[in-house]
Amino acid sequence: MPYSVSLSAAFLILMLLVALFAPLIAPFHYEDTNLLLRLKPPSFLGGPEAHLLGTDDLGRDVLSRLIYAIRISIMVALLGTAIGAVLGTLLGFVAAHSRGWSEEVIMMMVDWQAAMPFLIIALAVLAFFGNSLLLFLLLMGIAGWETYARLTRGLVLAAKEQPYAIAARSFGARPLRVYGRHILPNIVSALIVQVTLNFPDTILLETSLSFLGLGIQPPLTSLGLMLGSGRDYLLFARWMTVFPGAVIFLTTLSMSIVGDWARDKLDPTIQD
Amino acid sequence: MNLRFLSIKFLRALVTLWLVVTFVFVILRLSGDPAEQLLPDDVAPEIIEFYRKQWGLDRPIWEQYVKYFQAMAEGNFGRSFGDRREALVVISERIPYTLQLGLTVFITAMLLGIPSGIYAALHRNSAADRITMSFAVLGYSMPNFFLGILLIFLFSLKLRWLPSSGAGTPWHMVMPVITLGTALAGSIARFSRSAMLEVMNQDYIRTARSKGVRRLKRIYVHALPNAAIPIVTVVGFKLGALIGGAVVTENVFAWPGVGRLLVNAVGNRDLAVVQGIVMLIAATMLVANLLVDIAYGWLDPRIRVAGDDTGR
Repeated sequence: MPYSVSLSAAFLILMLLVALFAPLIAPFHYEDTNLLLRLKPPSFLGGPEAHLLGTDDLGRDVLSRLIYAIRISIMVALLGTAIGAVLGTLLGFVAAHSRGWSEEVIMMMVDWQAAMPFLIIALAVLAFFGNSLLLFLLLMGIAGWETYARLTRGLVLAAKEQPYAIAARSFGARPLRVYGRHILPNIVSALIVQVTLNFPDTILLETSLSFLGLGIQPPLTSLGLMLGSGRDYLLFARWMTVFPGAVIFLTTLSMSIVGDWARDKLDPTIQD
Repeated sequence: MNLRFLSIKFLRALVTLWLVVTFVFVILRLSGDPAEQLLPDDVAPEIIEFYRKQWGLDRPIWEQYVKYFQAMAEGNFGRSFGDRREALVVISERIPYTLQLGLTVFITAMLLGIPSGIYAALHRNSAADRITMSFAVLGYSMPNFFLGILLIFLFSLKLRWLPSSGAGTPWHMVMPVITLGTALAGSIARFSRSAMLEVMNQDYIRTARSKGVRRLKRIYVHALPNAAIPIVTVVGFKLGALIGGAVVTENVFAWPGVGRLLVNAVGNRDLAVVQGIVMLIAATMLVANLLVDIAYGWLDPRIRVAGDDTGR
């Protein structure tokens, strides 16, 4: 494993741990305000001892908010990626199994989603329905399904003609068993690689929408939301934007590095 | 040009456009009474009733669907809440700004991305390759809004060289172009590199080499035209995505384009404007894809002859 990959993996594990244990590590509650300590710099830049990364415009502890923001952003991205992966994989199986018109419909939807920038679709849906956490999560899930559907369909079509699948069928295994017990384990590594490649996009979609004020809503916080609100205080409190921005950047970068590495491991013929 | 190939592509584009219109129709109906949705909150009930009649919302749903379709075809998206002007007029005022920004970004990113990607492929594993690819991954991972904010901090607040928001002078364009161009150039470079690598490993390149064709000729005559096919495809898709992709950047720099209008319209739930922009972006994407297909057929004689054979 190259040095950059292990470093990236370590960073991702750290983020995951922060997300899991946020209430235990955060020195303050993320909503605790202290108007006497507004816009104080990080303690290493001469700010108050208690606030390692400074405070924001309402005197809230930036480090605690950052920890909770990581929790929300990682959770939303994980859930969204999971929804997309399950939905897309299922539809890919359906398309490969049924062929015929349902395959046509699924592939048409795949083409359609690939042709429209998803940010626009998400904005339109949020405009019409208003924002709620559930709808937002669903949107994150729908964002990436088409890549899984396309990938799964192709892999299953190829796997169906493999001797092991033909053998299972000739022993009288039902389609569900052939797909679930025989084909799925054989294609799952490719799907996992797709998950790692798709995850940064989901993080960026969530943070972009939250940055625009149309994603995660206060009092909840997310990395994008923190960045969006810190923008107005750029001149007086750059720590409000720099830390969440750096976390988003490092997370997507690490995931891309790990994803590229995993893909190269899986398929040495792709030279990218 | 193969007429059959083009007409199939054109038909597909029409089907996709139909899907988009249907999608907006469905979510508009699902989200509640369109008369209440499309009119501001403060209008009298009689006026809502009047519009409900006028828009045929008391008619059966299939008739509404046909009506809606006709309105869309005529470019009638309704009126904006803000100043009660035609949504189409409100949107078209913003298009030149988005185009100006988008085309500048696109040309800059292509001029940077394609040559550096090809150079990296030809000097694989060299320092230049590593640096180019590192930049590509960094550019791709950097969120637009964060890069934009960092640029504002450096060039507007600290150095006071560039205006942080608005449009008007070429100086206003510098930071938005860097912000959008970095990610685009990065992904174009990455893709050009892998396309070129793939071509350079083909048998015909080895054959050319064994025949004694010189390296430069191998690259320019044998490899580049073949690598151009996948590069044109991806670059074309990016062109279509530019209008939609600039949403975040336009908002960071308060650039008065379609993306900024869209976010404001979503925030105000100005649905007439939102649906107009969705249609506009869908149409742009389709035209761009169609252009890609035409370029594709022109670049690749196999497709020109075989008709539609995209592997499906």
